Parts: sequence; structure tokens; C-alpha cells
Amino acid sequence: MDLLRFITAGSVDDGKSTLIGRLLYDSKSVFIDQLEALERAGQVNGEINLALLTDGLKAEREQGITIDVAYKYFSTPKRKFIIADAPGHIQYTRNMVTGASNSDLAIILVDARKGVIEQTYRHSYIVSLLRLPHVLVCVNKMDLVEYSETVFLDICEQYKKFAKDLQIKSLDFLPISALKGDNVVDLSSAMPWWKGKSLLQHLEEVEIDTEEVSLFPRFPVQYVIRPQTTEFHDYRGYAGQIRSGSFRVGDSVKILPSGLVSKIAGIDTYEGSLNEAHYPMSVTIRLADDIDVSRGDMIVTSNQEPTVSQDIEAELCWMDAKALVPGNKYLLRQTTGNVKCLVKEIQFLVDTQTHQKLESSQLALNQIGRVSIRTAKPMAFDSYASIRSTGSFILVDEGTNQTVAAGMIL
Amino acid sequence: MKQRLSHLKQLEAESIYIMREVASQFERPALLFSGGKDSITLVHLALKAFRPGKFPFPLVHIDTGHNFVEALDFRDRLAERIGEKLIVRYVQDSIDQGKAVEEKGKFPSRNAIQTVTLLDTIAEFKFDACIGGARRDEEKARAKERVFSVRDEFGSWDPKLQRPELWNIYNGKIHVGENVRVFPISNWTELDVWEYIREEQIELPSLYFSHQREIVWRDNLVFPVSKFITLDSQDKVETKTIRFRTVGDMTCTAAVESQADNIDDIIKEIQTSRTTERGSRLDDKRSEAAMEERKRGGYF
Repeated sequence: MDLLRFITAGSVDDGKSTLIGRLLYDSKSVFIDQLEALERAGQVNGEINLALLTDGLKAEREQGITIDVAYKYFSTPKRKFIIADAPGHIQYTRNMVTGASNSDLAIILVDARKGVIEQTYRHSYIVSLLRLPHVLVCVNKMDLVEYSETVFLDICEQYKKFAKDLQIKSLDFLPISALKGDNVVDLSSAMPWWKGKSLLQHLEEVEIDTEEVSLFPRFPVQYVIRPQTTEFHDYRGYAGQIRSGSFRVGDSVKILPSGLVSKIAGIDTYEGSLNEAHYPMSVTIRLADDIDVSRGDMIVTSNQEPTVSQDIEAELCWMDAKALVPGNKYLLRQTTGNVKCLVKEIQFLVDTQTHQKLESSQLALNQIGRVSIRTAKPMAFDSYASIRSTGSFILVDEGTNQTVAAGMIL
Repeated sequence: MKQRLSHLKQLEAESIYIMREVASQFERPALLFSGGKDSITLVHLALKAFRPGKFPFPLVHIDTGHNFVEALDFRDRLAERIGEKLIVRYVQDSIDQGKAVEEKGKFPSRNAIQTVTLLDTIAEFKFDACIGGARRDEEKARAKERVFSVRDEFGSWDPKLQRPELWNIYNGKIHVGENVRVFPISNWTELDVWEYIREEQIELPSLYFSHQREIVWRDNLVFPVSKFITLDSQDKVETKTIRFRTVGDMTCTAAVESQADNIDDIIKEIQTSRTTERGSRLDDKRSEAAMEERKRGGYF
């Protein structure tokens, strides 16, 4: 069985939590004791409030909004799902970015009565920036527009126009009512004009990308295993998770950023040694030569090596209340490495609605812009567009230790 | 080459990665071990993450004094078999020192005061990271928690001030006195754990398999008779064939009536069950926000 991770995004009150509640409820993933708790919590318009299944915090239940990402799990005989239920409110954009960064698919909810609004643009922009392979626009609350096909088609047109300059590989549309359950798990008799799949069917059948497996081999060294016991006196293994591609015993490899070369002498796991290992396996690699390799280094094969440089250009989503201004220094964390860095310049910030580039002397909370960064030491990286996990980084404020930005290398 | 790992192998690779991040990012980590199936799974994942080396952390058990003897025996045997260090600290000691006060009433639980001993143990060994076996599918407040969950100097969790957790880049930087609770199996469900235990042939305490035991009914739940619960004239002691779906304290862990005495039958039972695992935990039934409040107070 395989695994699909997806995020739900949309504006406040677009019904994200209700939709997830409905998916869980109609796929029989809600348990009796959870239902009893929902019933104790009271009803809305004579129906149990499915949103309470995901709004797990007291403050969320009090205010009736989602503050932080909730992760929910369900499975069908075909597939297992991890849902990141992300908040819609602008104030919690960083939590949406958190949810999106680990997802393969985004469901963007649009209220059929309101059509495409500012938050739709914003969320779609983030999803495209983070290069989620699949986007599914769910036009929700179809029950409140008399299940009108015209309303649905108009919204699709409006969205497509806006999305044509976004980086979205596959884009689909679906009319639903989360509250009533139309086209969520089962196809709805209220929309006979809809010839497509139900939401659950779509989620079960969408092809999950396996592109990381076929990309160039990247192995950031995470931890060095040196038992120094009698039995394993000279054992030195480089433990880590393969970020893309595959490695074989005997492969010639280069260690970056030092540029030293060696060969793979062994690929070890607890169960025994392997001849070959691929993304996303966590393994331990042994090298033929006794060379200096430590955490933060990247083992690669000689085909299509990553860039090694102290200068990077990146798109940045700013997540801290204290704005970014050029000249600020941070700790940059990319794969398993840590390096101090200086943000030299803010080239522009992006209006997420119009995609216009605006000049700005700072990046404030929840703003997205392009920056130039200089690192204290050379680092090995790919562009985010080519390999997501070696082209992404975070910035950490060394005073507060907070994660202040998500970065994507150009 | 198009090749994907099974969902269990994907989850395993992610958990091993998280364990190694802990080993690399912290000075003095610990693995919180209770002898239950989730922490036994953690130990198995740690073997995969660090062998042929030693674990870069000890196993730490906060013993409430109300534990099942089967779980304690299992704990000791496991630690000995894998040759790793086990540290045990006792809630009873916190009570004797006057730092924690035992609950009164017919259903006293040491669940809340367990936090006192845990926080003292963290301070005693200056642990900066504690790996725990919590899963997000267990409970709705847990569903909100990050994999790296930063706790302040009082051990408190503030759900509104969680760090964004992007891709799989974990930020474990903390100030002195703070600590991080790390949950490598956050993304696993109860069923994933059982299927993994079957696939990997991981040994479990006998409590998880059906057996005969003296029980009483409380709150429509089946409770094991032990010296830790007060029986009165209204309690009717019966012998039933039961098993435990979750193993915590004898005072707050209810059993389920079950004939499942092997892993295949247990998996079938869970697949068709209409109640959650924590539906058999009295400690979660105390209020709508019971878990959230315990976590704000420093509970793991």
C-alpha cells in the first residue's frame, strides 16, 4: 500500500475542517468514542459539528477557527493518507507553509458563493512556490448555489486564468458540498452534470510522483557511526537518508563541499548489507578511503553534481514578527548542515495576488520575496526546482532560536 | 527506475531519520520508555538507526508504581538483551519527598503527578531532548504537535507558539533549561504500529494478547483488579478473557474483551474496531481538553 500526503487550504469558513471531518466520517474513520465526544460538544443546525474532529485545541474550539496544522490519518483499501489540515487565516500563513512543505497534493477550497478571493490567490501561490505536484480545486458549498454547473464552470475559468503563470504540474477541479457530503466520498445525485470522480476517488487514484527516485543521487551525511568495539574496531559508517536517486556498492563518489573522492565500500542496514539503496531509505554508507567526512557533508556521484558556493539566490517566505532587513545574520540549515549567513539584499517582494514584483526595504511576517544570501562557508545545493530536499532551507534567528524563514534556492 | 517503498518502510525511514537528528542535534537526549508497544517500537527503530553502534541515549522510565508487573519485567529483559542503559525514576519518591500529592477518591490516578517526576528527572540528568512514542492519531491535541516540540523551562507546551516545521529540516536549537520532546512515530497510526510489529516480528509483553484476568466494570469499561484500586461492596469481581490495547497504569488502563491471542487476530480486531485506542483510557475522559492541559503542564 502506498502513502499520499496532502494539505487542505482555503479561506476561513470555506469549510476545510468540515471537509476533513466529512472524509473521515464517510470513510468510516471516525470512532464511536470520538462521535460521542462530538455529540457532547453540541450540534450546529441540527447536525453534528464535523469541524470539531480536527480543531483539537481549546482556543480553536472556543473561536471556531483553525490555528495550527492538525495532522489526520485515514486509509482505504487502496491507499493510506496523511492530511495536513492547515489554517486559512492570513495570520497563520506560516502554518500553511509548514503543512504544504511535506505534501504531494493540495486541495484548495473555494466557496461557491464567493468565487476566487484573495486567500485563494495567496494559497495557490504558496502551493506553486513549494512546487506541490498536484492541485485539486474543490468548489465547496455547492448546495448554497443550487448545485449550479454555471457557477462551478465560472469559478474554474476564473481560477485557470490566474493559475496560468503558476508552477502547477497537474490541476483539477471538483464541485462538492462538504456539509452535505456531495461528491466527497460518493458521487452526488444533486449534480448529475458532474461526470468526474468523487474527491475520495481522486485521492485514491492520483498518480504519486516517484521523481525523487530517478533524480541525481544525493546523500547528506547525518550522523557518523563509530562503535569502537572489539568486534567493530575500525567501523566508520555515514548514516543518513537518501534524498534522491540511488547508490550502489562500488560507485565512485565525491564528498561536498570538500571535493574529496572515494568509492562506496558498503551500504549497511540493521538487517544486513545491501548492494543498492534508493530514495527515501535511511541507510549507513561506508567508504573505501579513510577521509574526513562529517555531518553536513553531502555524498554524491559524479554525474550532475550540485552547485558548491557561498552565494545563493532564493525565494523566502518570512515567518517572524520581526521583519527581515538586509544586513541581518542568521543560521542557515539545509539538509543536515548548519552555516551562518548574511542576507545581503532583498531584490523584490511578490504580491501574491497579482504576482507583481514590488520594491521593498524589508520582508515582513507572511511576506514572500527574493533575496541574495552570502554564507560563511561554501555549501552544496541544488535548485529547489530540480531537487526539493537539497534546494530547501530554513533560517534560524540565533537570538531567539526561532525558525524565521522557509527558503527555496533558485 | 520507478520504485516506491511500502508505506511502512517510508514511515520507518522517516523515523530513523528523526532519531538520528536527535542524536546529532542534542548533547544529552533520552528515550522515554514505558514497556508499551509504542516505546518498544521506538527501541526497535533505534536499533536500526544506530547499530552496530551504541544508542546515543539511555532508556528512561518514569515508574508510577502502578505499572503492570508484566510490563516492568519486559522492560528489564529488553534493556538487558540489547545491552543499553536503563534509568528508572519513581513517582513514589516524588510523593515521599512531598513534591507530588496523591489524588484522592475512588479513581485516583498517578497520571498527572507523573509529570512532576518526569520534569525532575529531566532536570537531574539535564536532558535536552526526550524521545517519546506519542502518535498524532491518538488524540486531537496530539494531532497538533510538531515532531520536534519545544518546551520551556517549566516543561510547558504552548500550542500557539510552535515553530514552523518545514520539509524535514528540524530545528532543535534551544536555550539552556528548555527541552525538546521528539516524536519519531508522529505519523504512524495504531494500525501501522501493529502491522510493523508483525512485519518486524517485534516481541511484546503478554498483556497485549488475550488472557484470563479478574476484572471489575467501571464507567462501562473493563478494569483489572489490582492492589491499586479500591473495591467496595458495589464492585462485582468477574473473571474474563481480555487483552489490553494500550498499556499505562493499572488504575487508568481499561482492557477489552477479546479472544485475540496472536498478532493476526489483533490486527483484524483493530481494523474492525469502532472505538479508538484511547477510548479505553480513563485519564482522557476527564474533560474535552484533558490531554492538552496535561501537555501544557509538561506531560510528555
